[in-house]
Amino acid sequence: MSETSKQAVQTTGHAWDGDLQEYNNPLPKWWVWTFYATVVFSIVYWVLFPAWPVGKGFTTGFKEITYKTSSGQEVTTHWNTRALLAEEIQMGAEGVKQREYLEKITSSSYEEILSDPDKMAFVRSMGKVMFADNCAACHGSGGNGVMTLYPNLVDDAWLWGGEIDDIYNTLVHGRKGYMPAFTETFNGEQANDVAAYVLSLSGIEGDAESIKRGDVIFNGQEGGCYYCHTHKGTGMKSLGSANLTDKIWTIADVPGVEGYDAKQAAIKSVIMNGVSREMPAWEGRLSDSTIKMLTVYVYSLGGGN
Amino acid sequence: MMKHESIETNAGLLIVLTLFVISIGGLVEIVPLFYINDTVEEVKTAEGHDAVRPYTPLEQAGRDIYIREGCYLCHSQMIRPFRDEALRYGHYSLAAESKYGHPFQWGSKRTGPDLARVGDKYSNDWHVQHLKAPRSVVPESIMPNYPWLLENDLKYSGIAENLKALKMTGVPYSLSQEEYDANVARFGAEVADTLDINNAEANLMAQAAKGNFDGNPNRLTEMDALVAYLQVLGTMVDFNQYDESYFVNFR
Ligand code: HEC
Ligand code: HEC
Ligand code: HEC
Repeated sequence: MSETSKQAVQTTGHAWDGDLQEYNNPLPKWWVWTFYATVVFSIVYWVLFPAWPVGKGFTTGFKEITYKTSSGQEVTTHWNTRALLAEEIQMGAEGVKQREYLEKITSSSYEEILSDPDKMAFVRSMGKVMFADNCAACHGSGGNGVMTLYPNLVDDAWLWGGEIDDIYNTLVHGRKGYMPAFTETFNGEQANDVAAYVLSLSGIEGDAESIKRGDVIFNGQEGGCYYCHTHKGTGMKSLGSANLTDKIWTIADVPGVEGYDAKQAAIKSVIMNGVSREMPAWEGRLSDSTIKMLTVYVYSLGGGN
Repeated sequence: MMKHESIETNAGLLIVLTLFVISIGGLVEIVPLFYINDTVEEVKTAEGHDAVRPYTPLEQAGRDIYIREGCYLCHSQMIRPFRDEALRYGHYSLAAESKYGHPFQWGSKRTGPDLARVGDKYSNDWHVQHLKAPRSVVPESIMPNYPWLLENDLKYSGIAENLKALKMTGVPYSLSQEEYDANVARFGAEVADTLDINNAEANLMAQAAKGNFDGNPNRLTEMDALVAYLQVLGTMVDFNQYDESYFVNFR
């Protein structure tokens, strides 16, 4: 810096180490004006929006907002984020579009939805998101389930039925899958025999004598399996008792293990430990139209039979 | 006129004035919260009792484990009034819903999903499995395993003291008959019983035995408490009883 400009600027008057001095510059103009602008902004803000606490309440501001309640009533109130949300859901472009689709789903029959590519495109895109948010934690993001814990929704096997109405009822009321444990009832040999019989139902053959003994237990008073699984072993929709003849397993991990003995052990462990698992009810948590949409979505994954 | 030089060369004065300026920001934000009631919604059950109640001893013990394990580092408990959050998590959180939470668990870090309304969403079994080994049910999950929750017995001998401390901060647990009667009027007899500090331990064990949250009826583990807490989150208010305009008035 040149001599002259140095003298033009004020210093604090101190000198350290002989010649070290500190400038006493005013704040830059742009900074000062920006500061004033923020002050003006906040005053405008206080006037328009909820801001100052007064007594037990607060100043609500002069800006107003009008929204529609879900019952269609128009309400005008001071601006606030809750009213803004109500406005966005009821009147915002995205909200309106989505609601129109959901209303179409609500007012259409299942056949109409399934045969209309436009509605199905909506079901697939929104259904996928709602499934990911609410169902995927148990059934997996693709609906494949978790062997031994949560049933696969993509295959053609259903515990509680794969028709639209069955699936709808499953979602609305939830389901409790229950089978008693047979540890007290069977000794090891009996359990082996029943397990051998169960395997034979889906074509996995073992010792013929053992299967014959298992048949008697399964279809007799001793085991009483037929109460829930029927004499044929095909299960009952009203109880959610698994079909044991279809080669599809949800709790006993038969396909996942190699060798007859391991498969038999997998069945045996289900019989001895019993089953108790729960599908939560979604009524009240999800809106009726969302449940209907998810029903169609799940049906489209692996519905029918 | 006082020049800034006279402030800057006087350390004592500088400190006092600095504290004064900084405290304005804090005071303006914090002090009103102590006396503004107009922002805390009044929500009632169908029977006319307060819908939001303090946590039961078991839930409170679970809440302490939630804090101990640092679940809040990845999970918020605050559904904000935005459309996307309403679609994903449900109704936005009310101030009333966290009025008995000390310290509150609103948070802002969401490595995992918000948990403000996770109660009743999943089964107890799922929570147990998921906390023990998240990837066994959600393969994509990055949540840590918490296997020790099932192994550790719940230590509950301090629960009464714990509730007494919360009582000092204004949470209406009861010690005297008078306080108990007030709770009966406010929350109904069933809830009031669970808020009685004199029976805290018995209540805790009774709820765990009845709920069997961890799937093992023979033991009272930390898992029992944590799952009991998770299952009550966001379930106290019945939103079908109120329309939007009611809650809008509180902002
Ligand atoms: C807490 C875990 C969990 C969640 C979350 C969950 N389910 Fe389930 N779901 C189950 C269990 C367990 C079963 C099996 C019930 C049984 O054993 O009978 C089941 C069964 C079903 C069935 C019947 C399957 C059959 O074979 O009949 C359908 C359909 C279904 N779930 C759909 C859904 C949908 C859609 C969602 C999301 C809205 C969902 N589930 C969320 C655990 C869950
Ligand atoms: C009270 C009714 C009931 C009785 C009795 C019963 N079960 Fe079951 N069983 C069920 C139900 C329900 C399921 C499906 C549970 C679920 O999905 O949550 C099931 C599932 C099974 C499975 C697993 C199927 C799979 O896909 O993984 C096997 C194996 C089985 N039962 C065998 C038996 C045998 C053997 C007996 C007799 C010793 C028997 N059950 C008695 C209700 C019963
Ligand atoms: C490192 C971050 C992290 C920590 C710490 C953590 N979580 Fe999670 N959590 C996640 C992630 C990511 C998910 C989503 C994937 C999943 O479901 O596992 C999740 C999911 C969940 C869910 C399911 C939420 C839903 O709606 O699907 C619950 C319940 C949960 N966590 C509880 C807990 C509890 C209780 C703790 C403390 C013991 C905890 N989490 C600690 C990251 C974390």
